Amino acid sequence: MRPVYAISGGVSKFAKSRPDKTFPALIKESYDYAIADLGLDFPTFTEIVDGSVASYFSDHFTRQLMAAIMGQDYLGLLPKPSHRVEGGGATGGICFQEVWKSIASGHMDVGVGYGFETMSHVETWKGNEFIALASDVSTDYPVGGFYSGYYAMMVTRHMKEYGTTVEDMAHVSVKNHINAYHNPYAQKRNRYTIEDVRNAVMVAWPLTRLDICVMSDGAASTILASEEGIRKLEAAGAIIPRPLVKVTGIGRGTDAMRMADRPHVDYEFFMKNYATQQEKDSDETKAYYKDLWDRGTRYPGVHSFRAGRTAGNQAYQHAGVYDPLEELDFVELHDAYTSSEIQTYEDLGLCRYGEGGPFASSGKAFLPNIDYGIDLPEASACAVNPSGGLIACGHPVGATGLMQAVFAIWQLQGSIGKHFKDATLQIENAKRGAIHSHAGTGTYVTVSILERE
Amino acid sequence: MTMLPKKRPETLGGYIVHNVPFPKELTPEALEWLKQMTPIQIEQPYSITYLHSYAQDSPWFAGLTNKKLLASQDVETGYTYATPRGHDMYTGAETNWIDITDRHAEVHAFTVCHFGSEEFLAETPFVLIQVEFEGVDTLLLSRLAGVDPLKASLDWIGMEIVPKFLRNSKLKPTDVYFVPA
Repeated sequence: MRPVYAISGGVSKFAKSRPDKTFPALIKESYDYAIADLGLDFPTFTEIVDGSVASYFSDHFTRQLMAAIMGQDYLGLLPKPSHRVEGGGATGGICFQEVWKSIASGHMDVGVGYGFETMSHVETWKGNEFIALASDVSTDYPVGGFYSGYYAMMVTRHMKEYGTTVEDMAHVSVKNHINAYHNPYAQKRNRYTIEDVRNAVMVAWPLTRLDICVMSDGAASTILASEEGIRKLEAAGAIIPRPLVKVTGIGRGTDAMRMADRPHVDYEFFMKNYATQQEKDSDETKAYYKDLWDRGTRYPGVHSFRAGRTAGNQAYQHAGVYDPLEELDFVELHDAYTSSEIQTYEDLGLCRYGEGGPFASSGKAFLPNIDYGIDLPEASACAVNPSGGLIACGHPVGATGLMQAVFAIWQLQGSIGKHFKDATLQIENAKRGAIHSHAGTGTYVTVSILERE
Repeated sequence: MTMLPKKRPETLGGYIVHNVPFPKELTPEALEWLKQMTPIQIEQPYSITYLHSYAQDSPWFAGLTNKKLLASQDVETGYTYATPRGHDMYTGAETNWIDITDRHAEVHAFTVCHFGSEEFLAETPFVLIQVEFEGVDTLLLSRLAGVDPLKASLDWIGMEIVPKFLRNSKLKPTDVYFVPA
């Protein structure tokens, strides 16, 4: 496999509704930005780029089959190779990794991943119905298909087993919304308090409206290249910032469509197959987990994402990450729900299983230079969702994973101030970050590691 | 006295429009002005009836109609699925049906849905649960009745429950639901 570099990206403005543009034009908004940021014009880049991967989740929202080719057509990429990927909420993350594979394998030197979703084409509760069709239509959907309900069930179990509190979840909402206050691409830029989150309308107990991401229209594009691709682009006049941003690890995991079907494995099986290397090496952690299992924990059950742990372990091994909390400067993760951000802290090894709640309230995932209006007992250790995440940026499904990649590229290029016109969210001297894209009730999860060389 | 909401609900529908404003003469200025137009948005109704087959899972639904709760079991290992599954995910072998109607059951996880997908909005609030059965390796998604949805409590987890069956079966998984024992 050849080295692959993430060299540019663009994000359309995410909004509840973007009736001003067709979805191909929305994609082009992000694509043009990525090209312009390289300092190239459209015809020059079109001549050099070898192909693309397209990302969108639902044919239902567009009521348009083969929408991907309409994007390819509108971007002027015909007759170059392309294909569409689909993996629920992880579609964007999968797209990013498929472009990576095309470059790493030598099939392409310069590739683009573009994605979109236009969820405003139906009313909110119909949109929830479409999303709920990503559950088994024989056994699950008819019971009361509703993703907020599914995630609420997961977190009641997490609360019962581990003592996670609604206030822990509210910390995530406050953090991500206030971060997004400095992100002009975000859909929701509000300063909320813990009380605001808890007093918001209850959607699915214990998740309130401010624990849940919103539906969005939006698009995002990323450009990846090999060393040869970078030479071609620079020969044509591209300005690619140094040091380069390299994609050093990818990982992907899966789990059962019906969360009821997930296994409940014992301590030995967990330690052998799912524990991180760091956890395996620590006698104290092994004793901690043995105690959890002695008190009834089984893995992954409905409270944890085996796919996320698998994806993280693969990506960490690929990139040589041992202690993610120490070795990652930031993580852009899939916080469709505040509760799933807490679950994902654990899956990604930022803390141990069962410690996600206290981790959320500790301050470790907050940015050090922002006043959140909360007393945080500990210092920032690894900023999680410095962009504002899905909860505040919005979640136009096919674009979301690519949006995370774009924000990660900008963090590592040190160019947040340039792109956001506000440098508040720039993590000082950011060297390595992870992006995490997640589908269904944890069915597909991707983790990719990006590093500044 | 209950306050009226500050915002009227946004809905589709309204008058049918047969014309929209457009320049009478397509002068160069008028053509340029067209780029300043706000978008035209139309409604596109779409409905379809699927002929869906429960296929190899059909006996499970037939069981509910006859007030029996079946589960799928691997012959070799005994691994048992509370939700119907034609083949075991570990051995790859075809599963057998077993009767779990009278097994001890309890709430493993739950939520109260105060909103829902459009199809279920009229049923809110309703309680979703994951049911844990004695001697069964996986869970079953179902609904819980007979509790106060405004008094949700983590104490519901672990609550002993029993299945109830609709007298007039709908051939849906909601033909079975649970109530506190």
